[in-house]
This record gives sequence, C-alpha cells and structure tokens, in this order.
Amino acid sequence: MNAFMNQLPIGLSIGAVLLLIALGLTFTFGQMGVINMAHGEFIMAGAYTAYMLQDWAGRQAVLVALPVAFVVAGLMGLILERTLIRRFYGRPLDTLLLTWGVSLVLQQVARDLFGAPNVQVKAPTWLVGGGAWLGIRMPYARMFILALAVLCVVAIWIYLARTKQGRRMQAVMQNRDLAACSGIATSRVDQRTFFIGSGLAGVAGVALTLIGPVGPALGTYYIVDAFLVVVAGGLGRLQGAVIAAFFLGLLNSYVEYWSDASLAKVVVFAVIIGFLQLRPQGLFVLRSRKLT
Amino acid sequence: MSTPGLFGRRLAPGRWRGPVAFAAVALLLLAVAPATLSPFRLELLSKYLCFAIAALGIGLAWGKGGMLTLGQGVFFGLGGYAMAMHLKLAEAGPGELPDFMVWSGVDELPLLWEPFRQPWFAILMVVLLPGTVAALLGLLVFGRRVRGAYFAILTQALAAAFVIWLVGQQGLTGGTNGLTNFTSFFGLDLASDADRRVLYFAVAVVLGLLYLGFRQLVASRYGKLLIAVRDGEDRVRFLGYDPAVVKTIAFTLSAISAGIAGALFVPVVGIISPALLGVVPSLELVFAVAVGGRYALAGAVLGAVLLNYAKTTFSEHYADGWLYLQGALFIAVMAFAPKGVIGLAGQLRDFVATRWPRTSSVPGHPAASGTPAAPTPGAPPSTSAEKEVTV
Repeated sequence: MNAFMNQLPIGLSIGAVLLLIALGLTFTFGQMGVINMAHGEFIMAGAYTAYMLQDWAGRQAVLVALPVAFVVAGLMGLILERTLIRRFYGRPLDTLLLTWGVSLVLQQVARDLFGAPNVQVKAPTWLVGGGAWLGIRMPYARMFILALAVLCVVAIWIYLARTKQGRRMQAVMQNRDLAACSGIATSRVDQRTFFIGSGLAGVAGVALTLIGPVGPALGTYYIVDAFLVVVAGGLGRLQGAVIAAFFLGLLNSYVEYWSDASLAKVVVFAVIIGFLQLRPQGLFVLRSRKLT
Repeated sequence: MSTPGLFGRRLAPGRWRGPVAFAAVALLLLAVAPATLSPFRLELLSKYLCFAIAALGIGLAWGKGGMLTLGQGVFFGLGGYAMAMHLKLAEAGPGELPDFMVWSGVDELPLLWEPFRQPWFAILMVVLLPGTVAALLGLLVFGRRVRGAYFAILTQALAAAFVIWLVGQQGLTGGTNGLTNFTSFFGLDLASDADRRVLYFAVAVVLGLLYLGFRQLVASRYGKLLIAVRDGEDRVRFLGYDPAVVKTIAFTLSAISAGIAGALFVPVVGIISPALLGVVPSLELVFAVAVGGRYALAGAVLGAVLLNYAKTTFSEHYADGWLYLQGALFIAVMAFAPKGVIGLAGQLRDFVATRWPRTSSVPGHPAASGTPAAPTPGAPPSTSAEKEVTV
C-alpha cells in the first residue's frame, strides 16, 4: 500500500510537467492549427538556461531560471512564428514536418554549444530530500513541480478569463474570421499565444532539471506524450489539458510500477485509442458549426 | 499524375512518356547499376531501394490519401523482425536457440518464436503482421473520424511505444542490439558477392512490381475515390461512400509495403534493431517522400534514393553537418517546394507564366534575360491546385 501511495507524487509531477508542455501545444494547435514539433526544443532551451545560470546564481539557479527561461523560450517561439510558421497557416501537416526540420537544427546547435553528454543542474538545498505525510514519501522537488504547474494553470486561467488579451485569444480560437471582423488584430494575438505557449515549455524545461539530467534530446522524450495529452484533452481547452495530463502522468507511472517500463507506453497508447472511440474529439470540445 | 511536361502543350498528350521513363529507370537499375557499381556501392543501392519500397507506401497513404503517417517504422520493423526471426532460427538449426538468447540467459525458445521456423509462415507474417495492425488501427481511428493532425500524432505515439517495448523485451527481441549476424537468406550465401547481387535484383524487382501495382491502383476507381477523400472527405461521405474504409485500405497497403521493405532490409543490411524504427527514422521516411514529391509515386521512390544517398555521402565526410543540412533542406522543401523535386519543373513554369505572361512579353524586356529565381515563399501558384484539406 505504501509503495502504491509513494508512486503518487511521481505520477503527479510527471503529469504536471506534461501539463506545462501541453498547454503551449494545445493553444497553438487550437488557435492556429499549428503542430509544433520544435516545442520539445523549447523545453530543452529552458533546461539549458537553468544550466547556464548556475555559474552566476549557484544553487538557486532553478529559481532564477524560471522567469528567464520563460522569456528565452518565448522569444524563440516568437521568432519561429514570425519567420516560418506564419507562412504555413492552414497547412497543419506541413507545419508538423517544417517544425521537425527546425527541431533537428536546434538539437544539433545544442550539441555543438553544450556538448552531446548530459549535464546536471544542482537543485537548491531546500529542494533536496523529502518529507513524509500520512506515511507517503513526498520528495520536495516533485512537490515543487506540482506547485509550479498549479501556479501556471491558475495564471493562464486568470489571463484567459479575466484579461482583455486573454478574451481576445479565446475569441480568435473560437472563430478567427469573426474575431478579425470585430476588429481584433489576429496576427498580434497569434504572436502572443506563441510567446506564452513556448515560454511555458521553457518553464517545463527548468522543472525537468529537478528530476533528471539535461541533454540535447531532452525535449523528444516528452513531446510525444504531450501531444497525446492534447489529443485526449481536446483542442484549446484548459480543463481538458489539465485532466488529460494528470491522467496520463498517473497512468504512466502506475503501469511502470506494476509491470515494467517497456509496457507503459503501449498501455497508454491502447487506452488513448480506446478513449477516442468514446470521445473522438477529446474530453472537451470547443463548440462550433464547422463540419470537422 | 496529371502534371504536364516541362514544355506544356507540346508534350501534353505524351502517353508514352511514363512507360519510357519507367523503362529507362528499370534499365538503369537492372543493367547499368550492377555492371558499373562496386559490390559495396551496389549494396548501398539495395538499401536505398528498400527504403524506396517503404516510401512508396507513404506516397500512397500521404500523397494520394492525405494521411500523414509518422509510424511507418513500426510496420517496417514488424516485417523486418518476422524475417529476422526466421533467419535466426534457420541459422541455429532445428531444436537450437538463436545465439543472442543464449547470451541473455533464455534456455527455452519462446512460444512466439516457434512457428517462425517455417519459411512460409515467416513470409506470410511479413505481410500479415503489419497489415493486420494497420487495418485494426485504421478502422478504429478512421471509423471515429479521427483524422489529419490527430492521426499523425497517434501514429507517432505508436512508433514511440513500439520501440520502447522492443527495447524492453531483451530475451524476446534482442533488446537494443536487435537481431543481427545472418549468414544465409533462403539458400543465398550472404557472404558472397554473387549471391548478394541476386539479392539486389530481387529488391529491385519487388520495388518495380509494387510501383506498377500501386500505379494501377491509383488509376482505378478506388484510386479516384482515395484522392477524393483526400481533397474533400465530407463530400465523399455525402455521396454515400464510407471514407473510413477507403482510408483504411490505403493505410493497410502502405503498412504492407513497409513490412516488405523491412523484410528485404534484413538480409541486405544484416541487422534490424529498434534504433532503425523509432520516431526519427519514421519521420525520415516521410521526409524523403516530401523531398521527392509527395503527389507522385515516382517522387516517393526518387526522394528515398536521393535522400539516403545524400545522407551516406555527407555522413561519410561530416557527420554533424548532415543534421544541419537535413534540417535546412527540410525547411526549404516545405517552404518553397511543397511538391518536391518532381514538382519543381511545373512550379517553375507556373512561376514564369504568372510573372511574365507570354502575351505581354516585349523584346528587350528585362525579364527575357533575367533568370527565373526560386519561387517566392508566399504562396507558390502551384500549391493551391493540390492543397490538402485537413483537420
């Protein structure tokens, strides 16, 4: 029973990381129809930001890196959107392949800059170790990631529901043409969405430094799962992403615990296919009159 | 393939061009290449042709059917492992265990392996395994109208899961190392150059037959339906057809061709391992089709050979540079030449035609001397004609 409960914080923290990654994907996918394979490299960029800041900030690097990585990854996303993706609106499958090319280049850049071997980011001393609560082992680092994700989701929710910019973003997502007719500068909204989404991936990258080493291929381990979260949660839906991310995180860690790691992904895949039989468009559907 | 020739109307009726081109390529592959290439180069060429077989399937599913399948590595692997298991058992002899099982401490042949002793069973499985998996997945996914990007993501997840599973099953599949060290292939001695040449011919003939078969299929009523589904799935449904069935057939055929490619790859290259099947190799196959030209089956073949040739050549000299080049090439192809190498000629002609209409061409006009530059990034005129309808 204890071993079972001990798996809980691990599953939740993986879900939290997936959520941070998937939020950016679900908004860019939902709003612009862009499937960004280079999103994984924004995670990697965030993680290396923390690594770089270590020289200057020492063990508190992770904390300092959170806002910095948000801006770094966000700017990378913005540049990608401005230079390439803008030309591909309405061709989702082509953006997928295009951004994969970008991701190849970015990975090689990282390999040239930081070397192919993995590097380590030292966690702040107050995140080392863990406490126990009701007999469940609670590693501080995992709790921190969970809190970080909750914070980000609340911030995004406030942004979407309470601010002018966020409401414009929702308007564009629901009906781009009508939003444009109503005087919303959709292209500016697109840029902001891309910045925020990519920035969140950077934050996820910093969080990942707490639970593992950093390497040029860091993003590729998580990007496929994050896409599955988007598929299962429904496009552009905050609630869907939250539920799907935590569900997948927990499912992954529990299947790994009960059987072996190699079976976990197969089970997750089967569960998603089964789930799509019930709800082909994901958990939450954005209502529209479009045929598709 | 309705692309008119480079010179437009003058060659337009050209019914003879297709067969002539096919005969020329066949001559090149079956007579010129074996006569001029060294055994080493010929072996590389047979490897490229294996990839071309898999690419042919992607050309059918993606180019003609609009299904971007990012998991072809799975089907390639299923075919490859089915063949490799038989070769391993044939080599070990009756009642014996393949060498890698002995090393990983397995002392009894797993039940799954037993039937692969029979050659006919292994060959059947090369076709049946990928075909069944694809048909099942296709019916489940397409039946619920999951399509476009969703489908691409699902196939990619399948590739990721498959590879992780393979690596985990050390005793069953050889784990990360995969299956390797084959000495013979249905009586062919894989160490002799003469026998390897026979193998090359076999690969080339299979490729030619599959190409002709797929062409015939695309030209048939079914092929028209498949293209119609690509361009307007809902309209096809309103006409009373079931797009799910149409798409599943094309997807299954593409999986089978990938399986055959994998089965031939095993004796040609001498190894099948998870590293050859994951997300990245699957994407590379799709990339090859995009480079060659996704809307023509010939483009898929051309792309697979060209790209893998470029990869070998560049990796020999600068291993790191290749990734940059590949990435840049990919971005350039997607941005400027969505129809690939095959479509470049038509794209160039369209570009010239829109920029300098023939009627208004004045002698001494600067355009007459100016070389046509690469097509503009905006929206090449030719892309609108065959634009994909997705999501």
